[in-house]
Amino acid sequence: MKLPDIDLYLIAPEIIITVFGFLVLLVDVFAPKGEKKGYLGVLSLLGVAIAFFYTLPLVGTGKTGFVEMFAADGFAIFFKITILIIAFLTLLISIGYAPREGIGFGEYYALILFATFGMMLMAAGTHLIIIFLGLETMSISIYVLAGMLRGDQKSVESAFKYFLLGAFATGFLLYGIAFLYGATGSLYLKNIASYIGSKNLLNHPMLLMSLAFLTIGFGFKIASVPFHMWTPDVYEGAPTSVTAFMATGVKAAGFSALLRVFFTALPAFQPDWTSIMWLIAVATMTFGNIIAISQNNIKRMLAYSSIAHAGYILVAFVAGNKLGTSGILFYLMAYAFMNLGAFTCVILLGKKGEENTLITDYAGLGFKYPLLAASMTVFLLSMAGIPPLGGFMAKFYVFSAAVEAKFYWLAVLGMINSAISVYYYLRVTVLMYFREPEREITGLSFSPAPTLALILALIGTFYLGIFPSNVLSFAQKSIAGLM
Amino acid sequence: MWVVPTIPPALYLILSGILFMIGVIGAITRRNAIVVFICIELMLNAVNLSFITFSRFLQSIDGVIFAFFVMAVAAAEAAVGLAIFVMLYRSRETVNVDEVNLLKW
Repeated sequence: MKLPDIDLYLIAPEIIITVFGFLVLLVDVFAPKGEKKGYLGVLSLLGVAIAFFYTLPLVGTGKTGFVEMFAADGFAIFFKITILIIAFLTLLISIGYAPREGIGFGEYYALILFATFGMMLMAAGTHLIIIFLGLETMSISIYVLAGMLRGDQKSVESAFKYFLLGAFATGFLLYGIAFLYGATGSLYLKNIASYIGSKNLLNHPMLLMSLAFLTIGFGFKIASVPFHMWTPDVYEGAPTSVTAFMATGVKAAGFSALLRVFFTALPAFQPDWTSIMWLIAVATMTFGNIIAISQNNIKRMLAYSSIAHAGYILVAFVAGNKLGTSGILFYLMAYAFMNLGAFTCVILLGKKGEENTLITDYAGLGFKYPLLAASMTVFLLSMAGIPPLGGFMAKFYVFSAAVEAKFYWLAVLGMINSAISVYYYLRVTVLMYFREPEREITGLSFSPAPTLALILALIGTFYLGIFPSNVLSFAQKSIAGLM
Repeated sequence: MWVVPTIPPALYLILSGILFMIGVIGAITRRNAIVVFICIELMLNAVNLSFITFSRFLQSIDGVIFAFFVMAVAAAEAAVGLAIFVMLYRSRETVNVDEVNLLKW
């Protein structure tokens, strides 16, 4: 028997992220006690940067390795780049935020790196064991991260809720995988598809059950209605930097696994899932947007807005064509920049013991902190889909994919929803520029790392809005192996 | 000599389905977080039973290996989950799911 070839360059980014995770833990143990540990964040940043430079040479190679369990194809690489950007910006925010809230110890940074590792594995796995392990590595790290603020009852509660519901959803996902395995006898996504194609198993009850269970399991991770109930609670209670990481990273990784499993393993069932996902997409958009209107906490409002954004992305998933799939990749990248930027503004407006997360706290911000208010406005307008920002181009691709696939009603409902969402995004802007402050917010410190994250997010948002074609053509090339 | 009769694989799958349903119903209706978590573990083990049945029935080793991974992940999850419950009990003196309601709407 011949042992399979092992090409470590394929998983070099993952190895580097893991090694730096352990390194951060070790440095934390041996460092002198009682010292400010800002260098731990810098060390993690370095790890992410090195992993990024080891990802770039893999662009366009399209290799698979480890007995075809692990793919470094365009799809995986695009998601890895998005995830590494998210991790980089999250760590930059954390360098300012974590020491302020007293959670700037090694475990915090290490867990962010381990969660990043899990996300990358989810994007790259072409075997259900790999996808499952990636999902769980990510989820377990995030359960802990959500409860990092041990003294804060809300943070503990959010970890508790996320854990119980997350484990519950894992059960459904696993049962779906078990049925898929039972019906086709394989855990390789490609073999599953070819077996279904050759035996014509379109009405196999086990496969239909598995489709339903997989929809539940992944629907939970991407926070689609009706599996979204945890989202606002967890996003509000978790430390803000972790919320930003969850809203962008977990969603990106969840969509990568959803796309990979459904498009590679179950393309034969496209007519079946289209009708279900149509309903889920409409419900997710409408529900997220309508409830977001009545929120008075900015983190909660952004949580409902993230539910709505999952709905927009599902519109492209329903369309199921090439434009839609590359639109999803583009959307997730644009969403990463604008959402992380918005959360950075939320963090910069707070200080130790005073989070200032009520929407009324933003009143009069435009006069006191004009640059912060201007950046927040840019991010909110981008999420609302106003040109020339990244969010507009993302929505444009997603909705034109729906039109191209002749889902006219879906596109119309999406645009109506987008119009509704303008109301609550603009409400914050109006408060910032046209209201007198209700109470004084003083003593904000703009430490360099979060400010840098803010600038990078601004650049990303503008770049994707003004020059979208580079990233879009990269996304279009990336999905070549997928469909 | 007494021979053990072969049990058809369908029966194992039905048992696994029943266990899974007990887990789901328990996780939804019980109020104590620990019991809810036990029900979730029951769901995961029902899935393991399915995997092993399929593995034997299909003569393929993959399912058994998956079952091992599920066990390892369930153990990691239990460690994290019980730590979160302890943290919750310290701050709130309860692990009753209904009383954990600071965050709503």
